[in-house]
Amino acid sequence: MAEIAIRNVEKSYGKTAVLHGVDLQIANGEFLVILGPSGCGKSTLLRMIAGLEGITQGEIAIDGRVVNALEPRERGCAMVFQNYALYPHMTVAENIGYALKVAGLPKAERDRRVAEIAQIVGLEAFLARRPSELSGGQRQRVAMGRAMIREPKVFLFDEPLSNLDAKLRVQMRLEIRRLHQRLQATSVFVTHDQIEAMSLADRIVVMNQGRIEQAGPPRLLYAEPATRFVAAFLGAPAMNLLPATMIAKNRARMTDGTEISLDPERFAAEIGQAVEIGIRPEDVMIVWPGSEGAHQVEVEFTEDMGSSRLIHTRLGATEFTVLQPTAQIEAEGALHITLPEDAIHLFDAGTGRRLAGKATLIGLRASAAA
Amino acid sequence: MRDAGMIERAPLLNAVTHLLMIAGLLVAAFPIYVVFIASTHDLPTVNRVPMPLWPGDHLVQNYATVWNKSDFGAKMINSLIVALGVTIGKITLAALTAFSIVFFRYRARMLIFWAIFITLMLPLEVRIVPTYAVAADVAEPLRWLVWLFGFELGIAPINLLNTYTGLILPLVATATGTFLYRQFFLTIPDTLVEAARMDGAGPLRFFWEHLIPLSRNNMAALATIMFVYAWNQYLWPLLITTDARMATATMQLQKIVPGPLFGQPPVWNEAMAATLLVMMPPLLVVIFMQGAFVRGLVATDK
Repeated sequence: MAEIAIRNVEKSYGKTAVLHGVDLQIANGEFLVILGPSGCGKSTLLRMIAGLEGITQGEIAIDGRVVNALEPRERGCAMVFQNYALYPHMTVAENIGYALKVAGLPKAERDRRVAEIAQIVGLEAFLARRPSELSGGQRQRVAMGRAMIREPKVFLFDEPLSNLDAKLRVQMRLEIRRLHQRLQATSVFVTHDQIEAMSLADRIVVMNQGRIEQAGPPRLLYAEPATRFVAAFLGAPAMNLLPATMIAKNRARMTDGTEISLDPERFAAEIGQAVEIGIRPEDVMIVWPGSEGAHQVEVEFTEDMGSSRLIHTRLGATEFTVLQPTAQIEAEGALHITLPEDAIHLFDAGTGRRLAGKATLIGLRASAAA
Repeated sequence: MRDAGMIERAPLLNAVTHLLMIAGLLVAAFPIYVVFIASTHDLPTVNRVPMPLWPGDHLVQNYATVWNKSDFGAKMINSLIVALGVTIGKITLAALTAFSIVFFRYRARMLIFWAIFITLMLPLEVRIVPTYAVAADVAEPLRWLVWLFGFELGIAPINLLNTYTGLILPLVATATGTFLYRQFFLTIPDTLVEAARMDGAGPLRFFWEHLIPLSRNNMAALATIMFVYAWNQYLWPLLITTDARMATATMQLQKIVPGPLFGQPPVWNEAMAATLLVMMPPLLVVIFMQGAFVRGLVATDK
């Protein structure tokens, strides 16, 4: 177990910079998920912690010791790779026990530890097999076992679930979470899947174009995204973002000409400022035509999700999704909706930053700061 | 997959393909058949025109005569030492150079790569005179290099003529094996290398415990090619050995063809028997290695 300090870390390949000054503290025993689209630098950051990539600028310390110049094996990290990277010429037992063999442990001790790990990951029956004779989920377990046997200070996961089918992914996700509860080892998990991030993380770091957009507990990122990017990236279906202009301290006009009132206590926007109004599909209210503050949207089509229903519409020229929790109303043609004021997020259209006045989620904020 | 050919349900095409293959086989096999027939007759019968195409009754006698007369036992052992030496040396050298070129990033990497590549265009036959000069005194290039900087180096000449080392070394230093290995190493995923690094394996460990086991088929293919190549060498052994005790089997063949005296007809029956004898070891190697050989050249079974 260890804490990791990432201080102003930069990475560039020749003239192309992929990380522009990343600062991050990872607490002892924390499960941190780095979330972002492909090419945002999240894997690069993970590989720099592992020691597989050099650090161009800044420093990384594990347990207070700067590891910039250390070989991967000296850093006490174990890594689970996206394609598992199992040794094809070795059996499951040899794969799991390889690190111990390299470390020079006697055979009897190795066999005992391998058996122990195999039991934890549920592979006792497969120890004599080769990776090519295993299913995707079993290979994933071998990769996890191989990481666990070294009792590392830090677990690094590089999109370990993205090669699995949907059902297995959910199952392995739970197993990883269970494992973390049991081992309490510091874990850094890289993914582009926001559901994976939300369900696994103690804390999520959202990255975009080599920078950290926001870091915090999943709930906070979901409730108070600091930027438009985080707002759009977290949550499925994604948040609706409607371009608008502030026409008064407490009113914004949207592109379709309709207006919406905003509490100036909560949002700090200037008159005339171009903004984007964000609202999550599940927060949209469907109302009777003619209701107070109702906007009309044109229904395009509906996706039935079983327990709920997703209505794809257009508000003016903008795509707009409505999540209807109980599939009661048959939506066709036009639909009337309101945007509850307390569910609205406001972003600056230029910078993408959240225009926040007073905080609403005081409890969460405090815990995130701690 | 093997049953489903490229063309399905085309009996006419299948027949044509088979005919072509059989024709090819006959063209390739007929000369060898003639060699075999020639090795079973006595000398007058072989030199008759046309030569009979059915086996005669001198088979055992011809083989026994030529084996004893030309000392093939000792020559075969010489050939075997050279062929095995070249094979082992070549695999070791090729695996190590390819390892360096593929898995390490250093300044002169591409320069070295191209230098090796260029040797493909300079087979031993092309550079045989300088190679002979080096074999005659291995210290000479070093002495010359030191002399360039204005010093005299007092090393006694190191002579490799009439030695196994002299027979083997020049044949080891070629690029083909390096390329076969390079191509194979390039197919090894980066994450496998990284996983081994995370597990604490250093470069040598990775080479020995991962690359070598993974390249078994590759090695078999290279071994087959190199054994046959080295066994069939003629010009180099002829040049570098003057001592009859160091002669190889292929060299010995040439001494059989002329008759005992000038003007006499060549001893074709014995020469053909010897040819078949000398062909046997590489043939056996190919037969025993062919499974791994094909796998090593065609695809990687991962």
